[in-house]
Amino acid sequence: MTKRLSAVGALRIGVIQFPGSNCDEDCIDSFKRHFDIQASRLWHQDTTLPPLDALVIPGGFSFGDYLRSGALAARSPLMQQVKTFASRGGPMIGICNGFQILTESHLLPGALLHNLSRQFICRQVTIKDERGRQFSMPIAHGEGRYWLDQESLREIEDDGRIAFRYCLPSGPINFEANPNGSVADIAGVYSKNKKILGMMPHPERATDGVMGGSSDGLIVLRDFLNRI
Amino acid sequence: MEFEVLVQLKSEVLDPEARAIKDVLISQGISNVEAVTVAKRYVVLLHADETEADKKIEAIASEYLSNPVSQTYEIKRLLP
Repeated sequence: MTKRLSAVGALRIGVIQFPGSNCDEDCIDSFKRHFDIQASRLWHQDTTLPPLDALVIPGGFSFGDYLRSGALAARSPLMQQVKTFASRGGPMIGICNGFQILTESHLLPGALLHNLSRQFICRQVTIKDERGRQFSMPIAHGEGRYWLDQESLREIEDDGRIAFRYCLPSGPINFEANPNGSVADIAGVYSKNKKILGMMPHPERATDGVMGGSSDGLIVLRDFLNRI
Repeated sequence: MEFEVLVQLKSEVLDPEARAIKDVLISQGISNVEAVTVAKRYVVLLHADETEADKKIEAIASEYLSNPVSQTYEIKRLLP
């Protein structure tokens, strides 16, 4: 699926790399292969951001998950610039460890805690968005349990900021579909201005039928590009 | 000055690790166990006078060692 959006190839995307990030290559490859965008790799110790249209914070094990997953990465020099970029309405997507980094940076609400099973879970899941569309893609995480207090949960629910929830392939959103115990079966959330998306599943690992049988990730990535 | 900082999950957050430990203790026949809490212990040695050290360790505990969304912390002075 290489449906090209007009002028999308001209979008300037930056993918941030921290020591231990390992999904940056797949992110860059997805954008190149399917959207003809040559994303640039940014290093966590950079103190300035080049002119960019959007940022990607990829998955991995930044700083070995030391202290808390994403905690040390969130305090990297470049993240100061990322926060400024966000305050100006800059769009970004944080995937897996990237989602953890966004919550630790307080750019997204809540926290990602150890999976309820205390096991690292690596398997295909189905997630559903607010429009009821379903996507199949893999998760691979030990700390993917999304948690926030009841008041904040009500707030993001009322604001329509729950981006994705885990569901069964047949459709229902319930405990059985939830791989990690996330509150309200949440798999992804938006920031207040909806410009920042954080999600635990990996769209960049579901861009081709040959990868686990799903290219649904392309839809998620394309929607992200459309929102820029 | 040396401080100990204990960080644990807020009481409203389920900690399956603590629960698993408690269940095993009970299954081992130690029936009086009512609850188990798991905490992480950090020891920080600071070179500062008392007032500055207290302020610094407070900032270290609240802004780095703990995530205020899901965790609480407790500071104890060890030395002097």
